[in-house]
Amino acid sequence: MSTTKKITVTALAAALGVSTLAACGGSSGDDSAGAGGSGSKTVTLVSHDSFNASPAVLKEFTEETGYTVKVLKSGDAVEALNKEILTKGSPQGDVFFGVDNTTLSRALDNDLFTPYEAKGLERVPEAVRLDGDGHRVTPVDSGDICVNYDKKYFADRKLAPPQTFDDLAEPAYRNLLVVENAERSSPGLGFLLGTAAAYGDKGWQDYWKKLRANGVKVVDSWEIAYNQEFSGSAGGRAAKGDRPLVVSYASSPPVEVLYAEPRPKAAPTGVSTGTCFRQTEAAGLLRGARNEAGGKALLDFLISKKFQEDMPLNMFVNPVAEDAKLPPLFTEFGEVIAEPRTMAPERIAENRDQWIQSWSSLVLK
Amino acid sequence: MALPVAFFALFFALPVASIVGRGLRVGDSWRFGGIAEVVGRPDILQVLWFTLWQALASTGLTLLIALPGAYVLARCDFPGKQLLRAVVTVPFVLPTVVVGTAFLALLGRGGLLDDLWGVRLDTTVWAILLAHVFFNYAVVVRTVGGLWAQLDPRQEEAARVLGASRFGAWRRVTLPALAPAVAAAALMVFLFTFTSFGVVQILGGPAYSTLEVEIYRQTAQLLDLSTAAVLTLVQFAAVGAVLTVHARTVRRRETALRLVDPALTAHRPRGAGQWALLGGVLATVVLLIVTPLAVLVERSFDGPGGYGLTFYRALQSAGASGGTFLVPPVEAVWNSLQYALAATAIALVVGGLAAAALTLPRTSSGGSSKAGRLVRGFDALLMLPLGVSAVTVGFGFLIALDEPPLDLRTSWILVPLAQALVGVPFVVRTMLPVLRAVDARLREAAAVLGASPLRAWREVDLPLVRRALLVAAGFAFAVSLGEFGATVFIARPDNPTLPVAVARLLGRPGELNYGQAMALSTILMLVCAVALLLLDRLRPDRSAGEF
Repeated sequence: MSTTKKITVTALAAALGVSTLAACGGSSGDDSAGAGGSGSKTVTLVSHDSFNASPAVLKEFTEETGYTVKVLKSGDAVEALNKEILTKGSPQGDVFFGVDNTTLSRALDNDLFTPYEAKGLERVPEAVRLDGDGHRVTPVDSGDICVNYDKKYFADRKLAPPQTFDDLAEPAYRNLLVVENAERSSPGLGFLLGTAAAYGDKGWQDYWKKLRANGVKVVDSWEIAYNQEFSGSAGGRAAKGDRPLVVSYASSPPVEVLYAEPRPKAAPTGVSTGTCFRQTEAAGLLRGARNEAGGKALLDFLISKKFQEDMPLNMFVNPVAEDAKLPPLFTEFGEVIAEPRTMAPERIAENRDQWIQSWSSLVLK
Repeated sequence: MALPVAFFALFFALPVASIVGRGLRVGDSWRFGGIAEVVGRPDILQVLWFTLWQALASTGLTLLIALPGAYVLARCDFPGKQLLRAVVTVPFVLPTVVVGTAFLALLGRGGLLDDLWGVRLDTTVWAILLAHVFFNYAVVVRTVGGLWAQLDPRQEEAARVLGASRFGAWRRVTLPALAPAVAAAALMVFLFTFTSFGVVQILGGPAYSTLEVEIYRQTAQLLDLSTAAVLTLVQFAAVGAVLTVHARTVRRRETALRLVDPALTAHRPRGAGQWALLGGVLATVVLLIVTPLAVLVERSFDGPGGYGLTFYRALQSAGASGGTFLVPPVEAVWNSLQYALAATAIALVVGGLAAAALTLPRTSSGGSSKAGRLVRGFDALLMLPLGVSAVTVGFGFLIALDEPPLDLRTSWILVPLAQALVGVPFVVRTMLPVLRAVDARLREAAAVLGASPLRAWREVDLPLVRRALLVAAGFAFAVSLGEFGATVFIARPDNPTLPVAVARLLGRPGELNYGQAMALSTILMLVCAVALLLLDRLRPDRSAGEF
């Protein structure tokens, strides 16, 4: 395929000539990477759309190592990973960030990463090292998927907000919860895995039957659930959302505070701490990377104290390095989830497809 | 001809073939047996059925609601007509994420309909159908209205004098004359709704899925390339069939029409009936198109301390969005304009040459039937990008354009290239009728007088098609500005386009992000409206162009 493809492409490119490319020149011509030649000074990080880092912190990386980071956002987490699997061997970048316990097996089965033990890994607890001593991936952050509640709604009705999975199936909370489609959305899948972790292989189905009988609403994406249906968020209030319970993240309440003006004294939303599922996110050096040395330096940097402390306010996740301190916003307005549920990547890999299928026939049909 | 063919081969056929090929091959052998198996699956059949009937229903409903609008905009004269025409076209280029938000506000709980009559249509198929009408209203108004304005009303009057009832005269005289334009509009609406993605995903909820949504899910989420490949082929076949049927019916109906200056046919509404029609059309436009747009504008000003410019001010700094962007979101406006300009240039070159090539056989040799068929085939082929999934093209780019000399995956040029792919069909549609109208004898005379082909083109064709070219440029520009599917796939974080920036802002919690998304959408809307108003000013008087 490859030779034929090369010939075809070359012939077509020649036929096209320079005219098309010249016709649209003059736009932002800052493209230097991708050309390969300048690869040694640029290191490309491929990630999902939620990746963010402060420009100042990235600049410090450049000052320390001489490498400039180029970020390539590649869709949501699953989509971004699937693109890397498709382009395996001829990757778009050097490091991929955004593989987590729900998707790790797919990446490892496809042999996507070159093992590398990042410097400073000893500051990361063994519990979150997803690949153990294989070092094919380096853990970077963890985040909790939890039910959020609208404080005002429950205060107005003098009703205690639900705290556990069991509570959500109580008649007092009928028609209040909106969740994401586990088939199509990662918080939706996380919530399903949380119930599977809590009730076991068989029990979770009975639990979902109860949730369904109790009027759970399913929508396709986090954006719709949180910004349209949920009555506690800014977007939801504007859209007159009428569901006071939503599956979101433990870090969502501090975010509601951060992006409100003037900043309120307390978050308008809270977290049902007994409904949390912990996801650990990791990065890896892509096989076939053009700039391996730069990629390794970048992996070291991702677990450095500097990056780890910058991360919470950019991606609303928790650092994994033990020496990284959480910002005041998190400690002040966020909740510490003492006992989140979680699941090993292998168990998720074994059951995910079948669970999603049973879930959708139970809940959607 | 060589350039447009090469362009489509390289940036459309090759990527699509690569990704479909990847899905249909196991090891070194092709596996076509799986096709029947996939198509026979009950869940896939259900998707197929829903895709087909919602597209038919959307097309029918759009025609029903928009045809009176086409009449009013073509035949009636009233103040604000230009503005109205621009307003109804704005939805056509808005990103679906934004429209979905607006529609939920209108049709969802606490929405306008809910407040007035307690009617809620969210997550019903009605929300999908109405959103499709919202998006495609302009297609009908512009395609059918453009022709309607130029039909000689005296023919209908003659029929009435001869004793036909008003409706009878319309049915026997005007309707047949309008048929090709109605068919063309129906075709476009059908293509757009058959491949509907964002609308169905946002308004349909988990219960409804079109082929396009399913292809996205199978490719991007499940990485089940063989199922995706089969579905792509099915969609391809369906779109191909529709284009073929269209090409045949249009040819049969292509009759010589006596066209007159639109200024002569339009008049102030006469009689209670016409005033009622105008009122009805205005009411429909206000309810269906202006209200959702107004909701967005209202929300963009609805800051924390009452109405104000908070969100617009926030757009000017990168920090306010908490690092969502590496640059202030407002720079997305500039990025969008640059990309759209580049895409327009590409679309004009490629589409213009294609349209010129499509005109040639008729003019040089009188046109043999074989060449004519070939040309019509190429014509239909140029429409295909509108009917093929953006995901398929995007993933195709990833795996087909990954080797030198064309490793374009991380290059900025990929965005305008993808946008141009959607723009080209519009350029061709606009240019073709005008180019065909150029009298070949003028070119021949120039050639006889010693002009080179280039000179003949410059001296003869260019002055005649200049205005059509401007109109085509405007459309390609507007389409590029609003294009989301392919762009979101490849846009780079340091230069997001407007629709991509809106989607990113909507993807994060917090009042400021949500407000900024609304503010950016409003800006996008304004840019579109201004571009379209300018476009209408440049509109040639006698262009029979379909848009």
